[in-house]
Amino acid sequence: MTVAPPRPTAPLDLTRAALPATRRWRNTVATGGMVAALALAAVPLALICYQVLLKGAGSISWEFLTEDIPNSARRAGGGIAPAIVGTLVITGTAALLAIPLGVLGAVYLNEYGKSGPLAKFIRTMADVMTGVPSIVMGLFIYVIMVIPLQQQSGLAGALALACLMLPVVIRSTEEVLRLVPDDLRQASAALGARRWYTIVTVVLPAAVSGITSGAMLAVARAAGETAPLIFTTGIVYQSNWSLSGANTALPALIFKNASEPFAAANGRAWGAAITLVVLVLAATVIARLISGRFAVKDR
Amino acid sequence: MTSPPAPPGPTAPGRHQRSDPTPRPTLASRGRDVLGDRLFRYLCLAAGCAVLATLVLILLSTLQQSWPALRESGLGFLTDSAWIPNDPDGPGPRKATFGALAFIYGSLVVSAIALVFAVPVAVAIALFLTQVAHRRLRGPAVTVIDLLAAIPSVVFGLWGILVVAPALAPVYDGIHGALGGIPGLGSLFGEPVSTGRGYMTAGLILAIMIVPIITSLAREVFTTVPAADMQAAYALGATRWEMIKGAVLPHSFGGLVGAVMLGLGRALGETIAVALVIGGSVQVTANLFASGDALPAVIVNQFGESGPLHRASLIGLGVVLFVITVLINVAARFLVRRAEIRMRGAAA
Repeated sequence: MTVAPPRPTAPLDLTRAALPATRRWRNTVATGGMVAALALAAVPLALICYQVLLKGAGSISWEFLTEDIPNSARRAGGGIAPAIVGTLVITGTAALLAIPLGVLGAVYLNEYGKSGPLAKFIRTMADVMTGVPSIVMGLFIYVIMVIPLQQQSGLAGALALACLMLPVVIRSTEEVLRLVPDDLRQASAALGARRWYTIVTVVLPAAVSGITSGAMLAVARAAGETAPLIFTTGIVYQSNWSLSGANTALPALIFKNASEPFAAANGRAWGAAITLVVLVLAATVIARLISGRFAVKDR
Repeated sequence: MTSPPAPPGPTAPGRHQRSDPTPRPTLASRGRDVLGDRLFRYLCLAAGCAVLATLVLILLSTLQQSWPALRESGLGFLTDSAWIPNDPDGPGPRKATFGALAFIYGSLVVSAIALVFAVPVAVAIALFLTQVAHRRLRGPAVTVIDLLAAIPSVVFGLWGILVVAPALAPVYDGIHGALGGIPGLGSLFGEPVSTGRGYMTAGLILAIMIVPIITSLAREVFTTVPAADMQAAYALGATRWEMIKGAVLPHSFGGLVGAVMLGLGRALGETIAVALVIGGSVQVTANLFASGDALPAVIVNQFGESGPLHRASLIGLGVVLFVITVLINVAARFLVRRAEIRMRGAAA
């Protein structure tokens, strides 16, 4: 029995041109819509950057960055130095509190708890905690610290920011620890190192760039937070490098001056905004560079 | 008990018999090392549990602090739309009333506006990044979205109150003039406030702020769609859009719902930007151009000048906000996780 040779037929047209016009048209419209959406998101970013630069750049000067805040918001002149100092002190302290705790928590999740019920629960709750509004953190610290001590302080603000940073640090660090190859742990164990020694000298150093970049992103996020600081830190007009006593920060200064009807206050707010955006974006960009350059690789 | 389960190695005693007479090195754990290991383990466990402790403490301490106000107002705290911190007529018959309904309503309206604008844009961007964009374009596009997420909310608020609100006021006037006369629909587009600060402005600013979070979550969801499904759709002759409709979207629906709910949680909790542009008035109205107030915004605006009961009521608003956002987040995480697990099952 023989198979008849296939009869020569005209080759099927499989190019796009063969599709019905409606289908091609719908595809084009949908793709165009996606591009338009991206443009739509880029427009506000460009507008904000443009406006902040336009209105803030004029007020930036050495005096603006180094002088005290005028007592009256309507008075022109003066600077924002106390707010810069406050932002550095409060955010720095918050980072010192949250990053070690967060890294240890992540070590528990990834090295000890793994997929046990407690670790799963903590993981979920850390995710939930990232969603807790920042103002609730401010109220929380106000209730447990400012009310009993009868004093607003930089430390209280730092604690509130640390509460915000903690879950972010835990989750980002855990993601990085997961990327550390198991071979490293096994090699260390085979050499006789105890579990904690392996973690401290092998696992964490292997992941240090990822941990740093995650922590930097958390710091950048925290530096821009206003709501937790409003009740906890109070207001000052002179630089306060200490953790005790009232303090202020750039976001709080912007918030206070933005709602004033005076041109001088608004100008100060724009100037502080440009300073804050530069600080935050610098931290973000550095974090990206670190994570891009020293990504954990299988070595 | 020897030690927590460790990788095989130092603690496992050599099993096989050795023939040479040299004494075997002791491989057993020494007491001090075991102690160190255990201490470190408990230290890490304690750090992990700090999350749980903080969450419980937040609820307990704020609840305790606001209890006098909640007891005073009873259920009216959630159902009454009158919020009168000070008796306007002095010590008269009208006593201070604390009802949060207007703020809950305001929060919901503002978040709804934000979601209506943000969700289509965010999903479209995520589709573009995962399905359409060339690899070289993807990097810059992701950077744009990340930068949007990095801008502090107070800067959005500053921009909103000094630039956006004044610019939008005439636009609102125009829309009110064009659509205000239509019965039903017209009540949504009523008389706008002259400053432009109201629900709509707050919702628009919020929409910009939640686009990045929804985009990044939606991207994660889209990348879990099995490649086989997408290629099958192409093999059947689908265009890219038909492939997205037939393979990507049905697979990702659950995860997308979760992503949107996380965006909603962010929108409900956003304080400073909303506080600056929402206008600050206590009312329940269908008019989207009217001024109003939202839960976090009223807390931050009134906290400074408040008496004891007023302050306790504001902390009570914080409790309401905390409970709402935690519930939304738990539900959203559940949906996202369930969707992810189902996807992995399908891909395997």
